[in-house]
Amino acid sequence: MDGASIIGMEHFLVLAGVVFTIGVFGIFLNRKNIIVILMSIELMLLAVNINFVTFSAYLNDLVGQVFVMFILTVAAAEAAIGLAILVVFFRNKGSIDVEDLSDMKG
Amino acid sequence: MMETLNIILLMPEIFIAVMAMVFLIFGVFQGNRSTDALCRAAVFSFVIAAYIILQTNWDTQFALNNMLVVDSFSSIIKLIIIIGVIASLGLSVKYLHQERISRFEYPVLIMFAGVGMMLMVSANNMLALYMGLELQSLSLYVLAAFNRNSLKSGEAAAKYFILGALSSGMLLFGMSLIYGFVGSLDFMTIQNTLSSLEAIPPGLTVGMVFILAALVFKISAAPFHMWTPDVYQGAPTGITAFFAIAPKVAALALIIRLLYVPFVSIADQWMQVLYFVSIMSLLFGAFVGIAQSNIKRLFAYSSIGNMGYALIGLIAGTEAGVSSVIVFMLIYMIMTAGSFAVILCMRRDGIAVENISDLSGLSKNQPILAYIMAALMFSMSGIPPFAGFFGKLFVFNAAVDSGHYLLAIIGVLASVVAAFYYLRIIKIMFFDKPADLFDKEIDVEKRIVLFLSLFFIIGFIFRPLFVLSIAQNAASSLF
Repeated sequence: MDGASIIGMEHFLVLAGVVFTIGVFGIFLNRKNIIVILMSIELMLLAVNINFVTFSAYLNDLVGQVFVMFILTVAAAEAAIGLAILVVFFRNKGSIDVEDLSDMKG
Repeated sequence: MMETLNIILLMPEIFIAVMAMVFLIFGVFQGNRSTDALCRAAVFSFVIAAYIILQTNWDTQFALNNMLVVDSFSSIIKLIIIIGVIASLGLSVKYLHQERISRFEYPVLIMFAGVGMMLMVSANNMLALYMGLELQSLSLYVLAAFNRNSLKSGEAAAKYFILGALSSGMLLFGMSLIYGFVGSLDFMTIQNTLSSLEAIPPGLTVGMVFILAALVFKISAAPFHMWTPDVYQGAPTGITAFFAIAPKVAALALIIRLLYVPFVSIADQWMQVLYFVSIMSLLFGAFVGIAQSNIKRLFAYSSIGNMGYALIGLIAGTEAGVSSVIVFMLIYMIMTAGSFAVILCMRRDGIAVENISDLSGLSKNQPILAYIMAALMFSMSGIPPFAGFFGKLFVFNAAVDSGHYLLAIIGVLASVVAAFYYLRIIKIMFFDKPADLFDKEIDVEKRIVLFLSLFFIIGFIFRPLFVLSIAQNAASSLF
């Protein structure tokens, strides 16, 4: 088979790296809405999952896939708590803009 | 490899987790009027868990197919954590009533956070580490938002959550790289693989740095400290006390195990990272703390600086260094518990006041409280007869013994700068014009915490070797 057409491990790892970087930048560059930050966090965790599944497949080892199941579960719990905190904040402030997270400084 | 469950070793964690769920159901049926009873029952459960730990054999044993390890290090750190949790539960019983946030979820969340912390220090596998850390963090996020009607509390929780989730993401990314390069998540396997490698692949180093950055975030050392002042200030004070007391010890113990078990053969690499983190925290904690007027924020910067000292002991890289860190953290935890007991007494007409200037003239109004606070502040700044001096002495001693003179010198200088803001509190209490009176009544639990911490920081000088030998026993199981 032609070597150029094979999708190898590095492709998956680069994908995961790019998705992870987008997630991190999403947290820091976003100045608008906290929901977007929650989405960025989700993106980071999914990038990690891609990494784990890739390594798991190439190492012929199931542990990586088991870890992914745990990450998915914890990510769901984390999203639930994040949204709950957001609701508490919105009730008091009436907005979920990142700029409004500025009552305390120094 | 021994494939055994050994579930009996996890009795303390299982016991607290089961009790937390029982309390949750009890609370659902009984409502918020059961909070006080549940807080007391939670304290009682932690005492029983401590008793179980004391009865267990502390030789190194593995549980759940090597997922968790129980040794003298994890057992002693768990006992320290339990002391911290009990102290913070005691401090906040009355406070929850005063702030009208006395809800039954409080003791339950504290117990879940306690289980998470105990699992963290027992972790012998990256998966166990992650699950313990998340159980603790998720409980803490909710606790930070516990005062639902306060804007500051919500904002603190939102900041804590966002940055905490970011650090979990970094932790996982680092773990995935370690898994890819080593092929295992087990601490022992990672240690053996790393020591057999001739050259460390760069991917492994990157993974280690990611994990370290995430954990440094959890102990709030600079440059990952940005959340600390806001969370300390915004969270309800009783809960801030809990943040300052227990999770720091657990996260630092986790870092110690991670560095001295799986990553011990790449010590020269993690030492460079920690060297930088330690100096940054010392300087940030000392200099930025000077400008604070809110006492909770001040303690946030104080904790950043103190983490710098703890890391100095880790960089020493010796058994003496690790035991000095354990002693330092125990002393720091007890001093913080005492200081927060005083901060929780700062109320006028039933409303909490948080400015340092509100303490002015406390020596005239409430001399006993002022003298206790003065002793605590002297101890914090490291003035000799008190315990805080010995904590720093042991850490610097370990650093000098292993040739890290520069670090020890910067540590001493930072401690001199930081002494400014501790001594300023004493000056305000004793030499400034008296402000209005604080509410006089101080509940029994706060009195107990205050006097026990005072007893410890004064009594330490008589039995320093006793505490040190316990810490040495803990450290010896890692080497």
